[in-house]
Amino acid sequence: METFDPTELPELLKLYYRRLFPYSQYYRWLNYGGVIKNYFQHREFSFTLKDDIYIRYQSFNNQSDLEKEMQKMNPYKIDIGAVYSHRPNQHNTVKLGAFQAQEKELVFDIDMTDYDDVRRCCSSADICPKCWTLMTMAIRIIDRALKEDFGFKHRLWVYSGRRGVHCWVCDESVRKLSSAVRSGIVEYLSLVKGGQDVKKKVHLSEKIHPFIRKSINIIKKYFEEYALVNQDILENKESWDKILALVPETIHDELQQSFQKSHNSLQRWEHLKKVASKCQNNIKNDKYGPWLEWEIMLQYCFPRLDINVSKGINHLLKSPFSVHPKTGRISVPIDLQKVDQFDPFTVPTISFICRELDAISTNEEEKEENEAESDVKHRTRDYKKTSLAPYVKVFEHFLENLDKSQKGELLKKSDTHMCDYWMNNDSELGKPG
Amino acid sequence: MEFSGRKWKTLRLAGDQRNASYPHCLQFYLQPPCENISLIEFENLAIDRVKLLKSVENLGVSYMKGTEQYQSKLESELRKLKFSYRENLEDEYEPRRRDHISHFILRLAYCQSEELRRWFIQQEMDLLRFRFSILPKDKIQDFLKDSQLQFEAISDEEKTLRDQEIIASSPSLSGLKLGFESIYKIPFADALDLFRGRKVYLEDGFAYVPLKDIVAIILNEFRAKLSKALALTARSLPAVQSDERLQPLLNHLSHSYTGQDYSTQGNVGKISLDQIDSLSTKSFPPCMRQLHKALRENHHLRHGGRMQYGLFLKGIGLTLEQALQFWKQEFIKGKMDPDKFDKGYSYNIRHSFGKEGKRTDYTPFSCLKIILSNPPSQGDYHGCPFRHSDPELLKQKLQSYKISPGGISQILDLVKGTHYQVACQKYFEMIHNVDDCGFSLNHPNQFFCESQRILNGGKDIKKEPIQPETPQPKPSVQKTKDASSALASLNSSLEMDMEGLEDYFSEDS
Repeated sequence: METFDPTELPELLKLYYRRLFPYSQYYRWLNYGGVIKNYFQHREFSFTLKDDIYIRYQSFNNQSDLEKEMQKMNPYKIDIGAVYSHRPNQHNTVKLGAFQAQEKELVFDIDMTDYDDVRRCCSSADICPKCWTLMTMAIRIIDRALKEDFGFKHRLWVYSGRRGVHCWVCDESVRKLSSAVRSGIVEYLSLVKGGQDVKKKVHLSEKIHPFIRKSINIIKKYFEEYALVNQDILENKESWDKILALVPETIHDELQQSFQKSHNSLQRWEHLKKVASKCQNNIKNDKYGPWLEWEIMLQYCFPRLDINVSKGINHLLKSPFSVHPKTGRISVPIDLQKVDQFDPFTVPTISFICRELDAISTNEEEKEENEAESDVKHRTRDYKKTSLAPYVKVFEHFLENLDKSQKGELLKKSDTHMCDYWMNNDSELGKPG
Repeated sequence: MEFSGRKWKTLRLAGDQRNASYPHCLQFYLQPPCENISLIEFENLAIDRVKLLKSVENLGVSYMKGTEQYQSKLESELRKLKFSYRENLEDEYEPRRRDHISHFILRLAYCQSEELRRWFIQQEMDLLRFRFSILPKDKIQDFLKDSQLQFEAISDEEKTLRDQEIIASSPSLSGLKLGFESIYKIPFADALDLFRGRKVYLEDGFAYVPLKDIVAIILNEFRAKLSKALALTARSLPAVQSDERLQPLLNHLSHSYTGQDYSTQGNVGKISLDQIDSLSTKSFPPCMRQLHKALRENHHLRHGGRMQYGLFLKGIGLTLEQALQFWKQEFIKGKMDPDKFDKGYSYNIRHSFGKEGKRTDYTPFSCLKIILSNPPSQGDYHGCPFRHSDPELLKQKLQSYKISPGGISQILDLVKGTHYQVACQKYFEMIHNVDDCGFSLNHPNQFFCESQRILNGGKDIKKEPIQPETPQPKPSVQKTKDASSALASLNSSLEMDMEGLEDYFSEDS
């Protein structure tokens, strides 16, 4: 599984886009049931081609147009942008100022490099099972808030292919949200503030908002194994000094002593909890709130979001099922029911599934030489026989939920627009996939 | 809304119907008025509302909003100008109607520039905040419902289910129980300023907002709607301005608060040229003082400075002959050729006195005009020092004028709060050594007149420092008469009924 050679990409991508990319599900998603006319046609895509050639304002008439273009251009990377007022590929013909981004999913990008100051195992683009828990916790915390606090129903979490995760919130009302509200949502979800020059990045006030309380409860489930065992954040003086920088100096001596007497991080953490809670009762210090233990947990575990990704309506984000050019891994949807079991290192690479496909095809050809099967049917079964299948299934589950909520919308509009819908959309779909 | 075509008839509704059209003492001004009114009433309503908003601004600077003093003074202003403010008073139809119509008239005047819009929105918001703060609790729900806001107070059961969460989320709530506190359930996106800072409880896409915080949200909604409406109105403006009956009034309104334009003065010819130097330090506002100084030092002023200062001098009583002599003398000192002056500059001076070309008698610039238009650049000395000078330079200037450090810091604070005219009033108070200048400054010539009054001990003096405080009628009352006569003269005998205004406010125009 692990061998991926980037120089093979052009050949691999050719096969991927011809036989494996799940076009009909992809189109089903971005067409959003055809409720709004031209929604798909006005969507911007951008392609990164071989040799880093980047082209924006790509748009397509329908699913088959999309397929043809992708197969023709063989993009290394695909990004999805906003739905515009006009077809993006005709934006130069539009009067100045009239070409506007109108709608887009609310997106989040959580990147492991933003945690470099608190993970001891890896840094920058590297990830390992020990630090991946940060993503697990991030997904749980953010997803809970999006669902329970904001009432968002259609949330798609995707592995970015290397060192992070993305979330696409696709509710109809959410796609229409203004930039200001998007920024507000990110602010609501943010707790860790400050760059390299700031030592203590989390400050809690006396009143704990339910969002914070619920997030801490999630972190508590993972903290011991993640922080005290795997990361071993109180392993030695060098590492525990970093934690001491987050608590009042008045308790430093006491803690140093008890740390030295202890044998592992778990013991040291117990000491810290005891001393910190005593300290909370005695000291009304402006710099440190009454919740020292929680502030440390949050600084080490709470999600860190990039506001710039989320706030702009026209921001372009890597597409699901795109390939990561450096790792070869496919950006696959993550099953929320099994988020604890998700292992980025078992996500298939493009070379792996292409090899799988080759093996299967050879077998099938031998078996079904005499049956005439249409090309489309062939193609639609292809990915199912590879390791990509379970991930497409997760995607389909997401799509089913979307469909249910759109049915209602479509019925409302069907009286007047039924003719339009059948005429414009269905004729180009070809046989249902 | 269709224009009925009836002339001269104001809608006369029977009691119940009158109350139905204005069910509350305050409103969001969502629907434009649709009746006919006379031009005179149009003007008067507009002037009265400008006065009201100016008071709102001044009171907001002089007192903390929400304090008893602020509230009682604002209430008395509203009562005096006969606008609505409180429920359960006698005969509320007329004040509410005045409030409604005057607001929409001012939209026409104040939509014209970004700064005007901002000022108008700010004062209308403060006014609404005040009216809302004195609304009794049981009336709030009705008002919100009628105003098409999706704000519902939740039931007691719903409160109990989540009271701990709500209390833990809202900084404005203290204590352990919600008690009788009203909690409103609104879509989260309508509570942006609250939820972004995690200052409200969110559940399933709704924010659970205590009453105290609802006010902030309502005001934001109001601001957003009014801002949009003003932009819309601005687009219709060319049509409005082409209406000869409206155009002079609207221009007048937004540039001159109380209508006095100082175009004709009773003291023409009473000032001699050799008095000007001393007058400039004693009775000129800082803008003119600095222009005069620059003219004396450089023997020259650029066009912006010549306009602003020249018209001011006309306003204080200089004749055309005096003006020509004044400017020529100074420019010649700057080695200008006398013939060049006659050819180039004297024409302009004569033009500004109405003796050339269009023969319009140009009026001296009001404070607002100076503050808002034609900002000075390098080498210019016009503009308003409080608005256009760098605070450090302003400080030095005030020090050179021998203003006390306490006074300077008060002035700089007012400047920081963009209360430029109030800062100038403070300057007035400092150089004349009075506690209260007794007028609301909106014109440099007004500064000059008031200063002369104090220095010459005239009959109309408002305050002598040694006398005990006795309530005096505010000078603005005096100005009302001046204003309507000034405007009447502008519009002469045009008493026509007006076309419906609603066209200028609606989306389709």
